Amino acid sequence: MSKPNLSYIDQLSRGEESVKKTLIDVIKTEFPQEKKDYFESVKENNFEKIEENVHRLKHKFSILGLEKSYKLANDFEHNLREKSIKGQQEFEKVLIIITNYLETI
Amino acid sequence: MNCIVIDDENMARVIIRTLCDQIGSLNIIDEFSDGIQAIKFLNENNVDLIFLDIHMPNFSGFDFIKTLKDPPKIICTTSDPRFAIEAFEYDFIVDYLLKPIEFTRFEKAIKKAEKLNISKPIAKQSNEEIVKNDFYINIDRRLIKIDLQSIYLIQAKGDYINIKTEEKNYVVHSTLKKIEEKLPKSLFLKVHRSYVINLKKIIDIEDNSVLIEKDVVPVSRSKRPELMERLDLL
Repeated sequence: MSKPNLSYIDQLSRGEESVKKTLIDVIKTEFPQEKKDYFESVKENNFEKIEENVHRLKHKFSILGLEKSYKLANDFEHNLREKSIKGQQEFEKVLIIITNYLETI
Repeated sequence: MNCIVIDDENMARVIIRTLCDQIGSLNIIDEFSDGIQAIKFLNENNVDLIFLDIHMPNFSGFDFIKTLKDPPKIICTTSDPRFAIEAFEYDFIVDYLLKPIEFTRFEKAIKKAEKLNISKPIAKQSNEEIVKNDFYINIDRRLIKIDLQSIYLIQAKGDYINIKTEEKNYVVHSTLKKIEEKLPKSLFLKVHRSYVINLKKIIDIEDNSVLIEKDVVPVSRSKRPELMERLDLL
């Protein structure tokens, strides 16, 4: 599994540190809440809500350069639409990887 | 072009704002987390371009499009390629950008939008620019008329803006975004997230700053190309 990185954010901020900081701050603020929302929806077994949560979280995957994980999340989102949780474990592993990574930046 | 952003994800809105800041011709006048709020706004305001997320809970981008009577140009922004075919059935949809949006792809979409001349608000805005010489500000319940030509600098300071003219400075409870809408684009340029300058009042320019009257104003790296383009260089 590839490692999260800031390539996209670096490209977006074009060397402006304040812009880079803003983008990182948004991820660091939103990701924990979105992750929490996801696990609450899982607890409720609410497929529609889980799908929405996955949809939001997968955007963060792509921003952090996790292309394969993004595809994985995409498949999981599709499976949830079919009321299947196939791909849940892999998806949650990515959440752990991102959580750890965000503590380092 | 005056633009709005409609996307339920804050991160996506921040990214579009960042991309727009890097293209001088775009002015985001507002952003919305759902289409319903945007419809209310569009009932009272004209825009040239909408960045529209298609995948939104409850009220999708297509639901929003169907409510528009006189649609401006729209650039769809989404992480789902499935809707592209449907999107291009609408003449006013200029482009379809997949997230995460890369700058070069974004720039290409904007060029397409600029070429596609279907928007009426542009003409309306041009007319307004021709006739507008002044505007009024509200200070301590007094409406004070300000001659636009006399303004040399506007600086954002928290919830206030400082309007500097040759004679006097005015501190007004407002935002740069709001005042930018009232200023003729031919005369004023936002050179930094906190500064709008009158191009006619520039004394000199260094690498990352301009001297305007007695003020040294920073220029963002992303705004410098537009500033240089707008100057009448020998």
